[in-house]
Amino acid sequence: MLLQSPRFTGEDNPPFELKGSLFTLTVLHLFHPDRAAIERHLVEKIKQAPGFFSNTPVVIDLDGVVNSPDGVDFSGLYELLRRHGMVPVGIRNGSPELQTSARQAGLPTLPESRATGATRKPERVEPVHSRIFSHPVRSGQQIYAPDGDLIVLGTVSAGAEVIADGNIHIYGALRGRALAGVKGDVEPRIFCQSLEAELVSIAGRYRISEQIDPADRGKAMQIHLVEDRLIIEHLTR
Amino acid sequence: MATVIVVTSGKGGVGKTTTSASFATGLAQRGYRTVVIDFDVGLRNLDLIMGCERRVVYDFINIINGEANLNQALIRDKRVESLYILPASQTRDKEALTKEGVERVLNDLKQSFEYIVCDSPAGIERGALMALYFADEALVVTNPEVSSVRDSDRILGILASRSRRAEQGEPPVKEHLVLARYAPERADRGDMLSVEDVLEILGIPLLGVIPESQNVLQSSNAGVPVILEDGSDAGAAYGDLVDRFLGKNLPHRFITSQKKGFLKRLFGGS
Repeated sequence: MLLQSPRFTGEDNPPFELKGSLFTLTVLHLFHPDRAAIERHLVEKIKQAPGFFSNTPVVIDLDGVVNSPDGVDFSGLYELLRRHGMVPVGIRNGSPELQTSARQAGLPTLPESRATGATRKPERVEPVHSRIFSHPVRSGQQIYAPDGDLIVLGTVSAGAEVIADGNIHIYGALRGRALAGVKGDVEPRIFCQSLEAELVSIAGRYRISEQIDPADRGKAMQIHLVEDRLIIEHLTR
Repeated sequence: MATVIVVTSGKGGVGKTTTSASFATGLAQRGYRTVVIDFDVGLRNLDLIMGCERRVVYDFINIINGEANLNQALIRDKRVESLYILPASQTRDKEALTKEGVERVLNDLKQSFEYIVCDSPAGIERGALMALYFADEALVVTNPEVSSVRDSDRILGILASRSRRAEQGEPPVKEHLVLARYAPERADRGDMLSVEDVLEILGIPLLGVIPESQNVLQSSNAGVPVILEDGSDAGAAYGDLVDRFLGKNLPHRFITSQKKGFLKRLFGGS
């Protein structure tokens, strides 16, 4: 409801609302659980930049103390950080044992961010490469596009062969052979500006020249598989 | 800088040597220092067409093997100044053509010639590959007939993928189409592919159409390049072809059938 009277405060109005939000928080990477050493270094840091910490929320990263034999005294650490102007709001990483003892000290485990650690880089999606062939494909030539589409800007001559794991686009006449989806994929299609092919095949299903309707010859056509049958139809409707 | 031109076709018997002889003669007639090399090692023919077969002492393979120097092997044409012929060996085979040897000979020839015409053997084996490997430009000779056109298409593919220019990523070999043994009347009747049919399939610029002509056979047997035969259609067509190659813009002749006039029908003639 967009319009609402300011006087209207019925019981239906909820007292709060939950929403997700993103914050930038300081992360304290803990390398050693020794409180005395932590305090020493904290004092040093604060001396360099007085007033840097004043009720600053921090997240404690436990990656560096996973193998610490004594565990971590979270209550003590909490007290220590508070004394120096930091407010621990949770922990990150660490073993299940550490996470349990942190929870007992009132520090929740924050979900791991994808950006942490060198090993947890976001997975790179490899773009599927199309192969573009800008010359005519002559008799006796064989052009193959592995793992992608093949785009031929010229004509595919009789006696030439164009092959792709993906789709095949021919912006000239197709007079030779075109084989799409040769690794068994049934989705790819063949497109050509003039169908005069010796053979067309998708995922191993093929038709030779004399099985192509003479009425379709010389026209802009597409070829695709529908329920295991090769369909040849006009590209423009 | 010298230009290396291969005359090639894939298929045999379409007119490569006839074209090489007339093309080289035409370039030399127009004042360019020209040499024509026979790459058909073992099936030497160019010397016959050029009428210099009795003057062959050393050949291309002798030079490659260092058994003679260029000046000993080059035959100077008696009719046209600045035209030289480098004959093939009749007693060897194509394996004698090494890439290094051919390159060395071509580099030597480049010092003293402007045009180097390489007459390729038929096929797509070593001899043909060596003839086209170093080419800057190519005359692809085709007859208006499906198997010849397909073989020319194959050769165009090889030019585009296996020539030195292709291997080194340089600008591609410049391709020219020569449609030989063309008979417009038969193309009109549908017995032959038409000029348009061939151009549609091969898709390269047309340099010249050489009409089917009795003169070609006669001049071959006489050892005279047909371009030197005055009054011959084929010779005139080769003349036009050379001029077009050198940059002149000439309309194509001999591509439409001519209705014979009454007198011609009465008295025959061609």
